[in-house]
Amino acid sequence: MSKNLRITNDKFIDQTSRISFKFDGKTLYGFKGDTLASALLANNIHLVGRSFKYHRPRGIMTCGSEEPNAIVQVGNDASMTEPNTRATEIELYEGLVASSQNCWPSVNFDVGAVNNFFSPLIPAAFYYKTFMWPASFWEKYEYFIRKSAGLGRSPTEPDKDFYDHRYLHCDVLVIGGGISGIIAAKTAAQNNLNTLLIDDKNKLGGTTLFQQNECFKINNTYSSEWLKKEIESLNLLQNLTIKTRTTLAAYHSYNYLLARENLTDHLSLSEKQNKIRQRLWKIRAKKVIISTGAMERPLIFNNNDRPGIILSSSIKKYIDYFGVKCGQKISLFTNNDSAYETAISLNKSGVTVNSVIDIRDKTDSLIVKQAEKLGIKIYWKHTVVNTSGYKRINSIDIMKLSDDGNEVVGKKFSEDCDCLGISGGWTPRVHLFTQSGGKLKFNDKDNVFLPDKSELEQISIGSCNGDFELDSIIKNSVESINEFLNINNNDYKNLEIVCSKELDKKNIWLLPSDKPLGKTKPFLDFQNDSTATDVKLALREGFKSIEHVKRYTTTGMGTDQGKLSNMHALGIIAETAGVKMGELGTTTFRPPYTPLTFGTIVGRNVGEFFDIIRKTPIHDWHVENKAEFENVGQWKRAWYYPKKNESMYEAVQRESKAARDSAGMLDASTLGKIDIQGSDASEFLNRVYTNAWSKLEIGKCRYGLMLNEDGMVYDDGVTTRLGENHYIMTTTTGGAANVLSKLEDYLQTEWPELDVYLTSVTDQYATVSICGPNSKKILSKVIPDLDLSDKEFPHMSFKNASIDNVKCRVMRISFTGEHSYEINIQSSFGKSVWEKCFEAGKEFNITPYGTETMHLLRAEKGFIITGQDTDGTMTPVDLQMDWIISKKKYDFIGKRSLYRSDTIRDDRKQLVGLITDDPKEVLEEGAQIVSETNKQPVEMLGHVTSSYFSPNLNKSIALAVVKNGKKLKGHKMFVPMKNKTINVTITDTVFLDKENKRLNA
Amino acid sequence: MFLINCPYCGERDQSEFSAGGEAHIIRPKQPTELSDDQWAEFLFMRKNIKGVQLERWNHAHGCRKWFNMVRDTSNDKIHAVYKMGEKPPIK
Repeated sequence: MSKNLRITNDKFIDQTSRISFKFDGKTLYGFKGDTLASALLANNIHLVGRSFKYHRPRGIMTCGSEEPNAIVQVGNDASMTEPNTRATEIELYEGLVASSQNCWPSVNFDVGAVNNFFSPLIPAAFYYKTFMWPASFWEKYEYFIRKSAGLGRSPTEPDKDFYDHRYLHCDVLVIGGGISGIIAAKTAAQNNLNTLLIDDKNKLGGTTLFQQNECFKINNTYSSEWLKKEIESLNLLQNLTIKTRTTLAAYHSYNYLLARENLTDHLSLSEKQNKIRQRLWKIRAKKVIISTGAMERPLIFNNNDRPGIILSSSIKKYIDYFGVKCGQKISLFTNNDSAYETAISLNKSGVTVNSVIDIRDKTDSLIVKQAEKLGIKIYWKHTVVNTSGYKRINSIDIMKLSDDGNEVVGKKFSEDCDCLGISGGWTPRVHLFTQSGGKLKFNDKDNVFLPDKSELEQISIGSCNGDFELDSIIKNSVESINEFLNINNNDYKNLEIVCSKELDKKNIWLLPSDKPLGKTKPFLDFQNDSTATDVKLALREGFKSIEHVKRYTTTGMGTDQGKLSNMHALGIIAETAGVKMGELGTTTFRPPYTPLTFGTIVGRNVGEFFDIIRKTPIHDWHVENKAEFENVGQWKRAWYYPKKNESMYEAVQRESKAARDSAGMLDASTLGKIDIQGSDASEFLNRVYTNAWSKLEIGKCRYGLMLNEDGMVYDDGVTTRLGENHYIMTTTTGGAANVLSKLEDYLQTEWPELDVYLTSVTDQYATVSICGPNSKKILSKVIPDLDLSDKEFPHMSFKNASIDNVKCRVMRISFTGEHSYEINIQSSFGKSVWEKCFEAGKEFNITPYGTETMHLLRAEKGFIITGQDTDGTMTPVDLQMDWIISKKKYDFIGKRSLYRSDTIRDDRKQLVGLITDDPKEVLEEGAQIVSETNKQPVEMLGHVTSSYFSPNLNKSIALAVVKNGKKLKGHKMFVPMKNKTINVTITDTVFLDKENKRLNA
Repeated sequence: MFLINCPYCGERDQSEFSAGGEAHIIRPKQPTELSDDQWAEFLFMRKNIKGVQLERWNHAHGCRKWFNMVRDTSNDKIHAVYKMGEKPPIK
């Protein structure tokens, strides 16, 4: 540590506890309370990074979240490293490891810096313009551009840290704990309002916290002393919650806000262990008070980006708060009074202030007079025209401004310095206000955008609302708070406030130089290296909208999102284009205010908690029996059960054959089940299904097809009449929730007169399906007292039964075309019934099969799967299922749409079967179907929707949708693939057992 | 993120609700008697206005009830909520 850069200051920095850290491989020391930036400055390290495009050396420029240059990589662990963190916001901790970004091989010697010498050849949008031609070369260019671009390194392993989310409700949320925020929080909490005060720093107080200047006093003490007592008094308030290290990231409508609380980033590596790193607060506030303060602006002049050029107010914070001198010979360059505060602070701490260069004519405010009294040299009406020093500023060139401020006059002279403080005035932090939908207005006097209209219960107070002077901050804040909270707080009425008043203002967005504009480098966006020259070029090239100029020049598109100098870009655009800034507007400020880690955004929703997983009651059996699983919606369904080294194909062939030759069993618990009761239940089904339901006998089942109002197939399934007014409907696995909500919609909104009640019972029942020629024998062993004769228990009927005294429903229904039963029993008995059936079926070689075999078996029978063979553009007529559309019913959902001019077209795509000429050739699902092979371009007539090799037919089968397919039966078609063309013939959709003999086998 | 006052449950977060499009489009009682154009008018045509709009909402992850809402689409202000079958309280 360079000892002579630290002054004794035990107020905020604990100079007794030394902390070691590493920067770019070098071990350095700082103190508890330091930020990485303040510790580096104390070690006389200014150069911390390279700029994005020209790789120019860049140094720490600010002390807050607007930092564009000092963005570093923290940590070197493959899972914990974090890129693009701002050194100005990283609290120093024992063991911190950080490194520079965007430089190779090192920040001191960076090969990419040659770009700086070629910079006249790299204007705005250089990449867009240059690498366009020839278009086919882009892939080659891209490789090199991507390699040399990009900031920082991503972690390569999963994040080991914990993050979480919490909700918080409050009456009043105060954002920002500066002087106005503290007054607001105290006032609200004192008036019985449940109040939350948040601040992104580790201490409350804002910049007043370290203000010890004769020109800013309250009740005869420094404003900092007064504020300190106010902060202490907050501890007594029970209604007040204070969260420091908490950044408001997003402000949404209805006062819904997201804040990120940093819990462990400031702790040493050992203290961090097993703690939640960051927490995302989801806040609902009845009222919001924004007191986010203002940011100092830089000045825009030639070579204004060198290491050692720092915002004047940051130099003040480094000396007054951290006790760190940013240099030994500091010059200040300003257009307003605040640089004089810095000059006085530096002077008090024994730092040489070379001079203050002020672009204004001489002004006599209190603070200027005090500076003059201390003997500080001031150059009135002067400007800096250039700076020197490659890795650290070493001198500045100064010239006098002309009366109109448009050019420089007189003789150029130089001043040696190792640091230059710049102050271009203040920009209110209105980001959150605009995020919430608030509209801004432009204030010509201060050249700032201020909050104007908002639809929400919120106010902005203090300097984020344009009050920059101590007395007006307090007076106006108190007034606004009283009105907003509808209270009358007189606590701050009779304060005796001393405060220097700024008497003169002068603003020049782009300061003149002795060189023409093309020969200078006045940086606007320090991170993305865009200069005032680039912005002017964009305007000359015809860009008018600020949103376009921003994207073309990348001004304001870095990780700092243009916080620092977007205002200058707007100012220069307005000036050049000759429009008023108020009319030009601003670019959109989007959340988050500062970058969030992915960990904070996802919270605990990682790994197995990323998405909900639904398992059937029989799931464990499938796992024990080595099933492979398939995701169907949120369900894990057994896909197939490979034996030994079987491939999926082999397993499915074996399962499919066994189910037809003897017996198979399937876990069908995932199918949606909706219990329907009420005196109008039959009428309701009549309206939602295409076929008729009134005459369905109790104890019988029926297949139903449900349409959307546009006539397209939506869902299908078997519904059973359990009683006079009681049905149970099954839906597809994936469609269950949507079907229920659609039915509820019609019941509640279109047909409220119907007496019908719907209840989802999907999770309440487990369903074991047994199929195959031996299924009857197996079921008779499981439920011996049930009469399974075709006469007593025919296909498409249901019986109440019981297994070991547990009631169950048995349906004789079939999705495979085989003689088949489904046992529905309360979930908790699902696995034992499944095991019982498996035991009973062992002598018949009962074979558990998964969804893949189920799909194959139903395809052999030409049964559709909604969502696979249909895609929301298929009517029942397209599916050749005309038989299911009731001609007698007056109405049902979608009926009218079935004879719209579009749905009755002949050339719609219709469901057909496909047989390949080569029976061994299995088509790819999704493959296109054409009618000729020697024409280009050829019309795509349709595509394959389902395709399998059928072991029961010993040939390849497929379902497809083909234009006008109904009339093309027997026609030859072609399926062109990458390396070959497959010849196919259009057939009927039913491939096996057209007479349905097997159902009663 | 809206705060929606469900007429049955009270104020709840928007994430509990799903939007159901324009309100007060009544399904024709006798669809078979409509021309293609008339049916298409019911089926497809929606106003999608900028300004005060009457909308259907469903408290999907709550009481599962459908209700109506008067919302200004230009600033997301919810002026009122009312039950199905009721007339909009604000014109």
